[in-house]
Amino acid sequence: MAVPVILAVATMTFFLVKLAPGGPFDSEKAVSPQVLKNLNEVYNLDASQWEQYTDYMSGLLQGDFGPSFKYPGRSVTEMIGIGLPITFELALYAILIAVIIGVLAGVLAALKRNTLLDFIPMAIAMIGICVPTFLMGPLLVLIFGIQLEWLPVSGWGQLAGDKILPSVTLGFAYAAYIARLSRGGMLEVLNQDFIRTARAKGLTEIMVVTKHAMQGGLIPVVSFLGPAVAGLLAGSFVVETIFQIPGLGRFYVEAALNRDYTMILGTTIFFSAMIVFFNLLSDLAALWLNPRSRDV
Amino acid sequence: MSSNTSLWSDAIYRLTRNRAAMIGGSTLILLILAAVAAPWIAPYSYSYQDLDLGASPPSVEHILGTDVLGRDLLSRILYGARVSLLVGFVATGVALVIGVSWGIVAGFFGGKVDSVMMRIVDILYGLPFIIFVILLMVIFGSNLWLLFGAIGAVEWLTMSRIVRGQVIGLKNQEFVLAAKAMGVSNFSMFRRHLLPNILGPIAVYATLTIPQVMLLESFLSFLGLGIQPPMSSWGTLIKDGVESMEEYSWLLVYPGLTFTITLFALNFFGDGLRDALDPKTTDS
Repeated sequence: MAVPVILAVATMTFFLVKLAPGGPFDSEKAVSPQVLKNLNEVYNLDASQWEQYTDYMSGLLQGDFGPSFKYPGRSVTEMIGIGLPITFELALYAILIAVIIGVLAGVLAALKRNTLLDFIPMAIAMIGICVPTFLMGPLLVLIFGIQLEWLPVSGWGQLAGDKILPSVTLGFAYAAYIARLSRGGMLEVLNQDFIRTARAKGLTEIMVVTKHAMQGGLIPVVSFLGPAVAGLLAGSFVVETIFQIPGLGRFYVEAALNRDYTMILGTTIFFSAMIVFFNLLSDLAALWLNPRSRDV
Repeated sequence: MSSNTSLWSDAIYRLTRNRAAMIGGSTLILLILAAVAAPWIAPYSYSYQDLDLGASPPSVEHILGTDVLGRDLLSRILYGARVSLLVGFVATGVALVIGVSWGIVAGFFGGKVDSVMMRIVDILYGLPFIIFVILLMVIFGSNLWLLFGAIGAVEWLTMSRIVRGQVIGLKNQEFVLAAKAMGVSNFSMFRRHLLPNILGPIAVYATLTIPQVMLLESFLSFLGLGIQPPMSSWGTLIKDGVESMEEYSWLLVYPGLTFTITLFALNFFGDGLRDALDPKTTDS
């Protein structure tokens, strides 16, 4: 299923980009017809659409996303190679923050239902869901970077602690969603008979919660993590722009603003493949955690 | 409760008892009125520049201060509300039309039609739609109509699933069978018999889609890919605010606050509406 979807996306994106008005070199300062002709030849733009398409697709299969039109001499594959590790690291920290804080808050809220330990985290979670990343980031910068001067306001890996604000900004909204999901999931599980049996056997509360309740109660969180990757990508566009992080998200936004069509084409296909892959992964993980859904 | 209470009056009764939803609803009505009346109530024009003044903090003449070009921030927020709310409502409308038609057709015909149509929805669900909206904006240039269409075209999926589920529940009931037996055409079946019975869930989900759409619009505008100057939405105001927040923090704080309050209001009202129209479903 995943492979044809990615191929379809690649095809659709390729022809959409071809629809774009104007050639890739139009916006440059005036070039002579001869130069233009040479450029078109180098980039294989004078071939027929079909030929260009088959060329591009066979390149894709070998992991070659073609050249970047705006950074001469650099290929899209190279740019992805530079940007991806940074974006990946950022997303990893964000998801770690989100899962640790979200699950802790959600499980605690479910266990202490209708007390302050339930209300306060859930109110904060509501804020996390309603305040968009592009507002949360600047506000955190304003408070912790500019007013309190505790943390650097931009960059990635140059100053001590400059990874904290971007990761927290990106992770906050997900912590909020995960807190709500794990609270809901836990509440459902905690009322079931096997939990009562576990308690009746005289297991400690910690054992009941960590060993018996959480395995079932956190399935919604696992199913959420796959689709969350798509959101994390969109979030990385914003966070990397705000904090000036040279990751893939920032490259993408810059490519979009500069109309670097090959870069957009390549990264779009790459992002799609990644999202399809992570959706598959989280489906499989949720299936593995839930024995009842195995034989459906 | 009296026996002749209809679904709607029952729902309105429940809605009026929900304080969070009522506060959200009144905030929304105020905002919409303010946006509609912007040309009359805004103290200045949104493009009027007092260059000598420059960026000034909130004062008596400019309640929320002015931006770097000396434009009154309150006026700009009011005019921005027109664009942001317009995108929110129109794009949701687009999503509504696509999603409802898709869901009704799939649910009503069932069988192969249904499985093909829902398979398509499943596949589309897995795709990075934000990236596609960006792609469309880049290729065709960002204009308001394209923005409506592009956002609407990505937000209809959940709506179609909800509608399909509802229609499947309805289509074997006696009144539908009776209408079919009387030879009612498919189109009037959809319009006269099915649609009125699923208005509740549609209304609920539409209210919850509006904030998502507004978020998407402001996200695009924040990146510089949505609304283009001289027009401004709350997203572009926040973008401008971020650029100068080190010296002039009010330029970020007030637009941000307005936007957040609106999102809160929409979410609370939508949740309240859901609880009122369908008491069985709970917050997930």
